[in-house]
Amino acid sequence: MAYSNKVLDHYNNPRNVGALDRNDQQVGTGMVGAPECGDVMKLQVKVNPETGIIEDAKFKTFGCGSAIASSSLATEMLKGKTVDEALEIKNTVIVNELALPPVKIHCSVLAEDAIKAAIADYKKKNSVGNPAAAQVAQ
Amino acid sequence: MAIKLPIYMDYHATTPLDPRVLEAMMPYLTTKFGNAASRNHSFGWEAEEAVETARKQIGDLVGANAKEIIFTSGATESNNLALKGVAEMYSERGNHIITAATEHKAILDTCKRLEKHGYRITYLPVTASGLIDLDMLRESITDRTILVSIMYANNEIGVIQPVAEIGKICKQKGVLFHCDGVQAVGKVPVNVIQDNIDLLSLSGHKLYGPKGVGALYVRRRNPRVQVTAQMDGGGHERGMRSGTLNVPGIVGLGEACALCRKEMAEESVRVGALRDKLKDRLTAQLDEVYVNGTMESRLPNNLNISFAFVEGESLLMGINDVAVSSGSACTSATLEPSYVLKALGAGDDIAHSSIRFGLGRFTTEEEVDYVAEKVVTVVRKLRELSPLYEMFKDGVDLSKVQWAAH
Ligand SMILES: Cc1ncc(COP(=O)(O)O)c(C=O)c1O
Repeated sequence: MAYSNKVLDHYNNPRNVGALDRNDQQVGTGMVGAPECGDVMKLQVKVNPETGIIEDAKFKTFGCGSAIASSSLATEMLKGKTVDEALEIKNTVIVNELALPPVKIHCSVLAEDAIKAAIADYKKKNSVGNPAAAQVAQ
Repeated sequence: MAIKLPIYMDYHATTPLDPRVLEAMMPYLTTKFGNAASRNHSFGWEAEEAVETARKQIGDLVGANAKEIIFTSGATESNNLALKGVAEMYSERGNHIITAATEHKAILDTCKRLEKHGYRITYLPVTASGLIDLDMLRESITDRTILVSIMYANNEIGVIQPVAEIGKICKQKGVLFHCDGVQAVGKVPVNVIQDNIDLLSLSGHKLYGPKGVGALYVRRRNPRVQVTAQMDGGGHERGMRSGTLNVPGIVGLGEACALCRKEMAEESVRVGALRDKLKDRLTAQLDEVYVNGTMESRLPNNLNISFAFVEGESLLMGINDVAVSSGSACTSATLEPSYVLKALGAGDDIAHSSIRFGLGRFTTEEEVDYVAEKVVTVVRKLRELSPLYEMFKDGVDLSKVQWAAH
């Protein structure tokens, strides 16, 4: 299979590889996929509680080159966005940016899911619905 | 000496044509173009003579008589002819065929078609070693069984089935034994007499011969085996396979077999040592690597190995100047991981992480060193990227994690 230059670039120089402290109140962690399916993405965001802006993003991915590239690109796109803007990111943007062929579209879907899962985790930690957070707020 | 890239290490998929084979074929691609079935002139006679020489060369390699060799277009056809031809010829005797879950698609899909036509097929499982259980084979044979078809050596994991024992069981029970010998013939000693094989498939392009030519050995004596032709035409090849003979291809197949016969003993030792070196270097420098299938009974040129926590296609991408193949779903047309590795009970994650190295006649020690080093570097890099490796290092039991499957 031939890879686009963009995929090759992210594969050879993945951006924002690493881990953030998952117990940090400002950090949201999303992990999606399964080893049996051949891909697992872990994506983390660190949000500034004052501004709601994502200040840092990290990923680790087990998967094919397109899955690695999709998650690497996702971390780049997340930085500087607000939490709500991040939820607007659609997989099609990733497909277009990386010129993914049809058989690799699921990689971009997984990246979108990983973003959603990371933000959901952050919101859960910090929302009013969270009794612990609510108590602090009182 | 500078190493030539890319490096070919996919000898199970196909082998390069040996230059000596090409040389033998050349006259039959140019001046000696006759039809081997032309009985009235020298063009036909010289073609026929070349075909008969090849028949003998092939027979000699596998312990068969030249008359027992039927030429085909390759092993896919040989397998089809063996299974469908026996099924049709012996349909009054029974309708049951036994094969194994790890056979090549040319066997499995042929069996599926036969099922549609009312035949009953038993697909024997394999153990973690990749080998069938002989007791299970024995118990599966009924009075309706006409054929057992088990491959000599597997094309993915290289494991060698206990063929002589299988042959003995079939002989005792009075059922025919077909063996897909594609990966084994020319690499390890195969003998249809000692192994009690009744039908044997082989292919030119897997033993340094040309593509598009193969053969089916059909036993003529003790017992005399017959197969119903699957194509109608001029009645070539004792009526079992019609079609003008591919003379240059056949000459190439014959020469390739003659070279294997002469050089196999030495070559298998050399290639086996290179394979062992590759395995030793990979297992010494990386943790959590697993060889798929037994090393005890295996082709000398095969190494199928899983690098846990690393996905196969991403590994192939990192070693893009090395031609190998992966059992990962991402590299297959079906988007399913290797059914052979699944049959070993290894788990899909191990299948996704597998690489098949196939060494051969032209593999050098420098190439093995280069490949080992490159694989180690890329696996380490990808493990830095792998959330699974991170979890493993943190002591998480991955089998207990609730995955958000998609
Ligand atoms: C075990 C086995 N059987 C059959 C075949 C089919 O052979 P051919 O390519 O000659 O049709 C192959 C090759 O892929 C093989 O490895």
